[in-house]
Amino acid sequence: MRYMLLMYGIEGDENGAPEQVVPAAEPEEPCWAPWQREMSSRPVMLIGGGRLQPSTTATTVRASGSEVLVADGPFAETKEQVLGFDIIECADLDEAIHVASRHPVAQHGGAVEVRPVLEMPDHPAQPELTIGS
Amino acid sequence: MPSEGHRDTKAGGQSGEAAVTSPQAGSRAPVPRSSDPKVEAAVAEAFRQEWGRVVATLIRMTGDWDLAEECAQDAFATALAKWTPDGIPDRPGAWLTTTARNRSLDRLRRTKTEAAKLQEVAALNVPAEAPPADDSGVTDDRLRLIFTCCHPALILEARVALTLRTLAGLTTAEIARAFLVPEPTMAKRLVRAKHKIRDAGIPYRVPPAHLLPERTSGVLAVLYLLFNEGYSASAGDDLLRPDLTAEAIRLTRLLARLMPDEPEATGLLALMLLQDARSDARLDERGDLISLEDQDRTRWDQAEISEGRALLEAALRRQQAGPYQLQAAIAACHADAATPADTDWAQIALLYERLGQLVPSPVIELNRAVAVAMAEGLEAGLSAVQSLEEGGELAGYYLLPATRADLLRRLDRLAEAAEAYREALSLAATGPERRFLTRRLAEVGGS
Repeated sequence: MRYMLLMYGIEGDENGAPEQVVPAAEPEEPCWAPWQREMSSRPVMLIGGGRLQPSTTATTVRASGSEVLVADGPFAETKEQVLGFDIIECADLDEAIHVASRHPVAQHGGAVEVRPVLEMPDHPAQPELTIGS
Repeated sequence: MPSEGHRDTKAGGQSGEAAVTSPQAGSRAPVPRSSDPKVEAAVAEAFRQEWGRVVATLIRMTGDWDLAEECAQDAFATALAKWTPDGIPDRPGAWLTTTARNRSLDRLRRTKTEAAKLQEVAALNVPAEAPPADDSGVTDDRLRLIFTCCHPALILEARVALTLRTLAGLTTAEIARAFLVPEPTMAKRLVRAKHKIRDAGIPYRVPPAHLLPERTSGVLAVLYLLFNEGYSASAGDDLLRPDLTAEAIRLTRLLARLMPDEPEATGLLALMLLQDARSDARLDERGDLISLEDQDRTRWDQAEISEGRALLEAALRRQQAGPYQLQAAIAACHADAATPADTDWAQIALLYERLGQLVPSPVIELNRAVAVAMAEGLEAGLSAVQSLEEGGELAGYYLLPATRADLLRRLDRLAEAAEAYREALSLAATGPERRFLTRRLAEVGGS
């Protein structure tokens, strides 16, 4: 079985958020590193995780055929629920919007929130994790 | 003709952004003074002509919007200090761009972070001249800038504000005044938009061919919104904001020049000029609205009308009549009529019909109803207005009861007219609109 963990919390309230980590002088270990180490020794993680950019960077996409409706901001309806997820690699937001607009959920009356994943240049990327055997 | 409702069709029927009132907004960003008036004038002119280009090029080279704006500002300040009356560069734009670029490299060198080093290397390796072509074949950095500022993933208010800030060079304070929001609110809006561009990966480019039509219409919509806020503010006491209309015309002129194969850009410019030509005649000495029918047509700006007409004809020759060209054609019908009685209402009704087919909108239907009333008879127009009211889509839009009131007034059904004027008054937004309706109400014997 596969599980996805969706982390909820208050934005800007995270302990040890990357911008608060001082990278240069005294390389301090980010708060998620021990968890990451522990989990990398246990073949539970299928896809590299990540932290999302704040919701102010979100874009919500709805579509009907080739007509695409793009809106600034996160998905804000209350009656719909999270149905699934994908992690995609795109050149820029235009490509991501295109991919989102072709998704069946977007095409069938739902919406897809496009949220960039925070890049963390001062720390090594997530270790490449292979599909657990 | 009744309605000032007629005069400006907002194709979508919404004008979006909040209102505009301050008389000073729209003046240029303050440039420090030089001791020499000739130098000062040359720098001010360069600011008008080159600001957008310098910022646009710096953004492409550094990828950093704030750095680009700050270094552009520095470059203009340096010009004031260094230019002499006999030493004004032949190509001020190139001089300013080089100065701003050197400034940005200095600043990146002083910031010792890895990110800044990477930025510096990138900036050093980017040619100052724009690369020959995008997918679209377009080379001007300002076009990249305007498409990025008007990206649909930004909120509409931010698109307008960013365009005014980065491309037109208005200060944050000026934009805040223009849209009646506190300066910190506007500053936050601009910062948030720039962060979103950076963090969400909004590309700095002219969209590829398959996205271009849709994205171009998004840019035109922002420019027309800007014009409309200047031409009929959606709230506040001043109906006209000539500074905003002038900015909108200037930016649209630029866009039309940069996209010569896009007839809708030319069409929008024609529309703005044809509407702007009437601005002197639209308000009386008290700042009250004068209906199109009652305007002194000798006060219409003939230079703007002939330029608008020539642009429209050139655009229509391309045989791709879009919403802006059709609206410009309607405005041209009014401009062509020496007196209200000469107006070709049948042609206008036809143009509205085509417009409504391209962009279905109850506001366009309302305008068509008015043209039908004038072409075929008041009763026909009135029944069209009534069916719109039954449709309910325009509930709360003051021009709907105002139009009904006007038709009833012309039919001499004064009591019903008075009632409709009162209904319109309860909905009208700006002072002048309210005074216009109050005056009409008194004329039909209501009070």
